[in-house]
Amino acid sequence: MSTMIKMVRVLTAAAALAVAAPAFAAGEGPHVERQSWSFAGPFGTFDRAQLQRGFKIYREVCSSCHSLRLVKFRNLAEEGGLGYSEDQVKAIAAEYTVEDGPDDAGDMFERPAVSSDAFPSPFPNENAARASNGGAYPPDFSLLAKARAAHRGFPWFVFDAFTQYQELGPDYIYGLLTGYEEAPEGVEVPAGKYYNPHYLSGNAIGMAPPLSDELVEYEDGTPETLEQYSKDVSAFMMWAAEPHMEARKKIGFRVMVFLIFFAGLLYFTKKKLWKNVEH
Amino acid sequence: MAGHSTYVPQSAGAKWLESRLPVISLIRGSFVDFPTPKNLNYWWTFGGILAVMLVAQILTGVVLVMHYTPSTAAAFDSVEHIMRDVNFGWMLRYLHANGASMFFIAVYIHIFRGMYYGSYKAPREISWILGVIIFLIMMGTAFMGYVLPWGQMSFWGATVITNLFSAIPLVGEAIRTWLWGGFAVDNPTLNRFFSLHYLLPFMLVGIVILHVWAFHTTGNNNPTGVQPKSKQDTVPFHPYYTIKDLFAIIVFMILFSWFAFYAPNYMGHPDNYIEANPMVTPAHIVPEWYFLPFYAILRAIPDKLGGVLAMFGAIAVLFILPWLDTSKVRSGSYRPLFKQFFWLFAICAVALGYLGAMPAEGIYVILSRIFTAYYFAHFLIILPLLGLLEKPLPLPASISEAVLKGGSGKPAGAVAAPEIK
Amino acid sequence: MAHTDTAEPTRREFLYIATGAAGVVGAGALAWPFIDQMNPDASALALASIEVDVAAVEEGQSITVQWRGKPVFIRYRNADEIESANSVPIGDLPDPEARNSNLPEGAEATDVNRSAEGKEPWLVMVGICTHLGCVPLGESGDFGGWFCPCHGSHYDTAGRIRKGPAPENLLIPPFEFVSDTTIKIG
Repeated sequence: MSTMIKMVRVLTAAAALAVAAPAFAAGEGPHVERQSWSFAGPFGTFDRAQLQRGFKIYREVCSSCHSLRLVKFRNLAEEGGLGYSEDQVKAIAAEYTVEDGPDDAGDMFERPAVSSDAFPSPFPNENAARASNGGAYPPDFSLLAKARAAHRGFPWFVFDAFTQYQELGPDYIYGLLTGYEEAPEGVEVPAGKYYNPHYLSGNAIGMAPPLSDELVEYEDGTPETLEQYSKDVSAFMMWAAEPHMEARKKIGFRVMVFLIFFAGLLYFTKKKLWKNVEH
Repeated sequence: MAGHSTYVPQSAGAKWLESRLPVISLIRGSFVDFPTPKNLNYWWTFGGILAVMLVAQILTGVVLVMHYTPSTAAAFDSVEHIMRDVNFGWMLRYLHANGASMFFIAVYIHIFRGMYYGSYKAPREISWILGVIIFLIMMGTAFMGYVLPWGQMSFWGATVITNLFSAIPLVGEAIRTWLWGGFAVDNPTLNRFFSLHYLLPFMLVGIVILHVWAFHTTGNNNPTGVQPKSKQDTVPFHPYYTIKDLFAIIVFMILFSWFAFYAPNYMGHPDNYIEANPMVTPAHIVPEWYFLPFYAILRAIPDKLGGVLAMFGAIAVLFILPWLDTSKVRSGSYRPLFKQFFWLFAICAVALGYLGAMPAEGIYVILSRIFTAYYFAHFLIILPLLGLLEKPLPLPASISEAVLKGGSGKPAGAVAAPEIK
Repeated sequence: MAHTDTAEPTRREFLYIATGAAGVVGAGALAWPFIDQMNPDASALALASIEVDVAAVEEGQSITVQWRGKPVFIRYRNADEIESANSVPIGDLPDPEARNSNLPEGAEATDVNRSAEGKEPWLVMVGICTHLGCVPLGESGDFGGWFCPCHGSHYDTAGRIRKGPAPENLLIPPFEFVSDTTIKIG
C-alpha cells in the first residue's frame, strides 16, 4: 500500500510539473465562451420547448442551405426527441417532398414525406451545394455539434475529463452565430466572405450572418433575439447529433450506482477473506 | 500449471472427463489452487483488468459487426445507424470506442508496473517478450479499428500510418501499394483493415494464454522481487486473488463508465464525425492519445526513414530490456537510484505524449528531440550503467519477512543477496 | 481462519450472498443490451407502408409486390374462383380462422373474411407458405389456388390451406383501398 501511495504522490508531482510548464497551447483557435445548457452535466436533459424552437429556426432559416440527412422525421417523436406526437410528426413530414422510385415505368417520382423518411437535403449533391453557395459547402447538420470543437489546450483538457465538459460543439456554434462583427482596420475580407473571429478556420466565413433579431416568430413568448435564436438552434443541433443523450445519462447513472454499490460489497468481502493473511 | 492442483475427481462424470481431457485440473491448477505470492499490491490487478477488457472488446466488437458495413460508401452511415437506430447501439459503440482507450490505460500501467518491479528479469523474459508482442498487436488492432468508422481522422490516420512504410528503402513504395490494394487508402484498404481488426483480437487471446502460461511456470513476480521460499509466502489464487482482482475490475469499470456514459467523445477527435474526404486534409492530424508518445518520436527525427526507425525502435528496445538492465536486484523498491530514473522515464513518456498532440513546430520540436533522446538513453545507457554503479538496499530474506516488517520498507540487517543466479 | 464465534458466520454468509447476488444481477443487466441489439431496430420498426396502383390489373390476373422484405400477392379473382371458394363448408377447412390482420382475431375463414372489405374479387396476402416460409406458386395445386413446391402444401382460391403440411391459411396483411385503384399495405 505504501508504494502505491508513493506512486500516486509522484504522479501528482509529475502532473503539477506539467501544469507549471508554460501554457504553449494558449491562443490556438478562436476563443469559445462557455454557455449554460440544460443538457450539460450528468443529469442534463434537453429542454423540449427549446428544441422545438431550435427546430423551427432550422426549418425556416438553416434548411435552405444545410441538410440534416441522418435525422428521420420519426426521431422527432421518439423517446428523448422533441416531444411531438406521432400525428404532429406525420403532419410535419407531409410538408416536405421526397424523391422515391423507381415506379413501374422505371421513373423516379416525388411524394410527400412520411415519418420514416430522412429530412430531404436542399441540394442533390455537394457540387450543386457549392455551385449555389459561391464555392462554399454548407455542412450537414446531423453531426455538426459533435464535429466542431475549439482546441482546449493544457491544462483545460485535464479538467474536462473530471467536469464532463462535453458541450464544446454547441458552445462553438453559439459563438459563431453571435460572433459576426465589422472587420477591424487592416483586415481584408475576401469578396463573398464575412468577418467572424469565432470561425474555426480563419476569420472569414462564407456564410452570411444567418440570424438576426425578430427573424423567426416564437409562439411561446420567448425573446426573439439573435442570442436566443443562436442558443435554441445550437441545442437542436446537439440533439440531432446525439439523439440518445438522455437515455445515455439516465442509464449511466444507474450503472454508476450499481458499480459503486457492488464495489463496496466486494471490498468488504475481500477484507473478510484476507483478514487472517499478513500481506 | 496443472501441477499445482491437488484436485482428485470425485464424481463419476468428473473422473470420466479428467481421464480424457484434464481440463478441470488445468483450470484449478492455474486459477484456483495456483500458489500466488501473498504480497501482490493493487498494481498487480491490472493483468486481470486487461483480460476483462480484451473479452469486453471482443464481445462489443462482435455485436457491432452485426450492424456495421465495411465499405467506403456505407461505413460512416452504418456507424450512425448503430448510434441512432440499433437497440442500445449507442451504448455498444461507446463502450467499444472508449474500451479501446481503457484497454491502453490498463496496459500502460501494467507495463510500467513490470518495469518498476523488474518483472522482465530472469526467469520471466519470455513472459515479458510475449507481453511486448501483445502490445504491438494491440496497437495494430486499435489503429485498424479507428479506420472503420471512415471519418476524416480514420482516413487521414490510415493514410499517414501506411505512408510510414514507404520510408523503407527500395521496397517501401511497393509495400505501401500492397497495403492499400490500390493507389490510395480506399475501399480495399478499409475491407482488409476490417478483416484484420476482427482477426487480431483472437490471436491476442492465444498470445495472452502463452503470456500467462509463461509466468505461471516461473511463478508470479511480487513487490519485493524475492522468489517465494515457503508455503507461508503464498496463498492460493482463489479466493484471495479472484476477489481482489474482481474488486479492482469493478473499480476500473467505474472509470470506464464515467467516460462511456458521461464523456463518450472526450477521448475521440471531433473531425471523426465528418465523413472521410480524400480531397481535404484536416488542419491537425492527431492519432489517438495512446499513440502520441510514439508519434512524437516519429516527428522528432528530421528524416523520413530515421523517424520511422526511431518510432519502431522505441518499441523494439522493449524486447531486449531484460538484457539491458544489468542489476542483480529485481524490485525497484530496493534500488534507490533506479527508482528516481524510473520516474524520470515516466515523466519523459507523458511529456512525449503531450508533445505528440502539439503541432510540429518551434519549441515543441526541440522538446520532442530532447525527450526522444532521453527515452532511448534510459534503456540503452542509464539501465546498463545503473546495474553496475548502484548499491541496492538489503533485500528481505523472504516475502513473509518483508510483510512482517511492514510493506516494502527497509529491512534492517538482512543480507543483500543477489536473487538472480 | 481458526477464530470463530456464533454471530460471525451468519454475518459473513450474508455478505457473501449479497455480493454474489449483486454480481448475478449485474451480469444479467449487462447481458440485455447484447441480446436486445439483435431485435429489429428503430428503422426496421418504422418501415413505411407502401401504396400499390392496381388500375392495370385485369380480372383473373395477379401481381406480386414487396412489402417489409416479403412478397405480397394481389389477385383480382374471377367469379369462378370466388364461387369455388364459397362452396367449401368452414368445417372442412384445416384452418377455420380467417388470419386476416384487418379483422378481429378468431374471425371465420369465409371467403368474405379473406377478401378485401367490400371488394370480394380482390385478395391481398403475404406470399409466404405458413409451413416453412417458401413462396407458393400461383394458379396451381389441387384446388386451383396456390401450391408450395417445397413441401407440397395446397392452398385454395381464397388462399386457405387445404392439403399438405402447412398449418395456417396464408396471412392477410393490414391493407386498405385508399382509392378505387390504389391499395395501401401496412
